[in-house]
Amino acid sequence: MLRVLNLEAGYGNLRVLKGVSMHVSPGEIVALIGANGAGKTTLLGAIAGVVRATDGEIAFDGRTIRNAPAEKIVSLGCALVPEGRQIFAPLSVQENLMLGAYARRGREGRAAAHARLEEVRGLFGVLGERQRQLAGTLSGGEQQMLAIGRALMSAPRCIMMDEPSMGIAPKVVKEIFGAVVRLRGKGLTVLLVEQNAKAALAIADRGYVLEAGRIVIEGSARDLLDNRDVQRAYLGKEYRRIDE
Amino acid sequence: MDPALLLDPALLWKFCLAGLAVGSIYAIVAIGFNIIYNTTGIINFAQGEFVVLGAMTAISLAGHMPLAAAVALAVLATMLAGALIEIVFIRWLKDASVLRLVIITIGVSILMREGMLHAWDEKMHALPHFSGTETSSIAILGASCPPQYLWVFGTLAVIVAGLSLFFKLTVTGRAMRACAANRTAARLCGINAKAMVTLSFMLSAGIGALAGCVTSPITQTQYDMGAPLAIKGFTVAIVGGLGNSVAAVGAGLLVGVLESLSVMIGCSTYQDGVAVAILMAILVCKPSGLFGSAEAAALKEF
Repeated sequence: MLRVLNLEAGYGNLRVLKGVSMHVSPGEIVALIGANGAGKTTLLGAIAGVVRATDGEIAFDGRTIRNAPAEKIVSLGCALVPEGRQIFAPLSVQENLMLGAYARRGREGRAAAHARLEEVRGLFGVLGERQRQLAGTLSGGEQQMLAIGRALMSAPRCIMMDEPSMGIAPKVVKEIFGAVVRLRGKGLTVLLVEQNAKAALAIADRGYVLEAGRIVIEGSARDLLDNRDVQRAYLGKEYRRIDE
Repeated sequence: MDPALLLDPALLWKFCLAGLAVGSIYAIVAIGFNIIYNTTGIINFAQGEFVVLGAMTAISLAGHMPLAAAVALAVLATMLAGALIEIVFIRWLKDASVLRLVIITIGVSILMREGMLHAWDEKMHALPHFSGTETSSIAILGASCPPQYLWVFGTLAVIVAGLSLFFKLTVTGRAMRACAANRTAARLCGINAKAMVTLSFMLSAGIGALAGCVTSPITQTQYDMGAPLAIKGFTVAIVGGLGNSVAAVGAGLLVGVLESLSVMIGCSTYQDGVAVAILMAILVCKPSGLFGSAEAAALKEF
């Protein structure tokens, strides 16, 4: 569904991605883990069209989308839930969600958008309760749900989430990850970027480890969880003790 | 005149009324500033030229068609000019700093001013009064004033109400607010941010042109009136709090009335100084504006 080949991207003269190749198949949850500054957000930004790629190839559903405008990519069915949520703070929850459907205006009627709004509220009940509230007044966890809900309103076939657990209470993280699993159950494809590698790999089918702009390890989620290097670097387990 | 005149309520009201009319124009210019500021972060210093261009176009057209049609066409033509300016001077610049863009708008304002001098001339022109003649007057709470004042107040009210409905209820209006709140996120929602910027220039230009037409019978119109108007409108936008159009109305009326009262007590020479003095005082004491919150101001680039 999504294929990235030898992708290079960065900001100005700074090369962040140095030839990244990866793919996501339909119906999969793929986790992308890595340390701060490894290039995870840049990779998602390049796929979504908000970061310029300088070389390589990005294909969505077999058609190349490298450096297509962001608004085009979302209307093709590939949505990004950006890092730090990036909700429209001065707008109401309801307005935020309905703007999520902007990419589909002209291709569907009001009824279809409202049906999807109901689905999103079914997934995150709190968004229905707070529909008139200004988005900026929501708690961090609620804002994250709103950001995901807004992306879902574009009726994507593939959703990319950038650090959905960042700065959120563990209980709410559980709820959000539960929602991700349910979304996959409905046929959605998910590319999940996380620093919380344990939680991400627990729900993922496959995973990639990104280090300094390169994919260094890839495999099934199970393999990654069992991988010594991954355990040491990202799962907080230290196996080789000093006295060993 | 001397300050004792301030004690005559009838006279005081008459001057206030004149101040409110002028203040309405400042408010409309300030709203034009705010619309562009909100979607781009730019202060468009060519805003005053939109006002003059609208009025001049309407004056030229008025000889050939009914007044209403001339005004409508002038507004449309100015909107087109606004879009053209954005497309030619702003849109293709990649990652331009806000300061650079602001300076470009100053250049555009000079260009437009000289262009209008060549297209028309350096003389004063005026549209006919919308209703009645130059000498007709109506009484508002005892003070007589030209009926054109009512047109000015009405235009301000219609613009404010129309804009607030547009931004709240229409999909395009909401998309523009989304762009203002978070441009990247708006693009991720499928909103064409560039088109929204063009649209904001069109809206500002149209509003400015309408203001120019409706005041032309009172203040008359000359090719170089744009710059002083832009300064007053900018003052009002700052005094109200940048980006807040309802506050701009309050601030506009306030500045207009203070200016008018300064004329009343006999310092008409310093009339223009009043606005600048208010601007200075606000920038020093409360840079977020009378009605703006300091937190919101801290988030702004300017």
